[in-house]
Amino acid sequence: MTIIEFISEPWPWYVAGPLIGLTVPILLILGNKSFGISSNFRHICAACIPAKIPFFQYDWKKEVWNLFFVGGIVLGGFLAATFLQSPEPIQVNHTLVKDLSTYGITNYSNIVPKDLFNWKALLSLRGFLLMVVGGFLVGFGTRYAGGCTSGHAIMGLSTLQWPSLVATICFMAGGFLMANLILPFILSL
Amino acid sequence: MTPNELSHNSAWWGNIKYTLVGLYFGVVFVKAEIISWFRIQEMFRLESFHMYGVIGSAVATALISVLLIKKFNIKTLSGETITFNSKTFNKGQIYGGFLFGLGWAMTGACPGPLFAQIGTGATVIVVTLLSAIAGTWVYGYFREKLPH
Repeated sequence: MTIIEFISEPWPWYVAGPLIGLTVPILLILGNKSFGISSNFRHICAACIPAKIPFFQYDWKKEVWNLFFVGGIVLGGFLAATFLQSPEPIQVNHTLVKDLSTYGITNYSNIVPKDLFNWKALLSLRGFLLMVVGGFLVGFGTRYAGGCTSGHAIMGLSTLQWPSLVATICFMAGGFLMANLILPFILSL
Repeated sequence: MTPNELSHNSAWWGNIKYTLVGLYFGVVFVKAEIISWFRIQEMFRLESFHMYGVIGSAVATALISVLLIKKFNIKTLSGETITFNSKTFNKGQIYGGFLFGLGWAMTGACPGPLFAQIGTGATVIVVTLLSAIAGTWVYGYFREKLPH
């Protein structure tokens, strides 16, 4: 097995988790930056459409490092998908495979399910709910909560902030409710 | 070269290093399938340990790193003391957190993975990203009227 073949296998959690956790000290040591990705939505609003809203009146240029950071994430996604991708379909729990097949979701070749997330699906009610309404909830909810998985669940928990624990529990509660009770209805549309 | 030009150049390079960290982060996201909608469904349906292992070991690694930084008073590369912002509790963490959770299970992505998904070539996710930015804008617009 060559190194490229080795890297191309999906990475187990005990490799990926610590690599992600290391982002916290790397950002702190590089420039005293707190890890948190959802703030970028606010910076983009402040830069492009502040519309005299007080919440967007601040010097976003001081936070521009974070936009460079997410720019890197886009590049990293491209690099990994183009050069390091395993040719095998994604291995998913068989109960999930069985359940999803009843909604016509059978394509596991792509990390973003092609059956659900494509330009044509955007015009269907199901696709609109998943992509547009889902995205809206992500942007609205993270800012309302003051952070997302990176800012609260990783940065906040690792610095022992109890409000971040509250936020993380609520993220999970919302996710459990959606995935188990509401999503089956949306997928059947 | 004037001193101003020098500081301008160093600022530019200063931000490129964050792009490199993001690149590293994006590769891990894709390779560990954290940005996969399927993995997020497995997590919320308790059908796989993968995501719990990823988040748990990420928090553990970050926690130990932060303890080491505090214990040995490790400075930034430019010699600054590292500061930690404390978060204050408000009800937004409950209401907002819950709404984000709903969106997380729908899109299969929290904010970081949205950027990585676009990078993998799923161009339609640009719409999800724009919608998330719109969501943040609407929050900013109604912020004073929302319970916190």
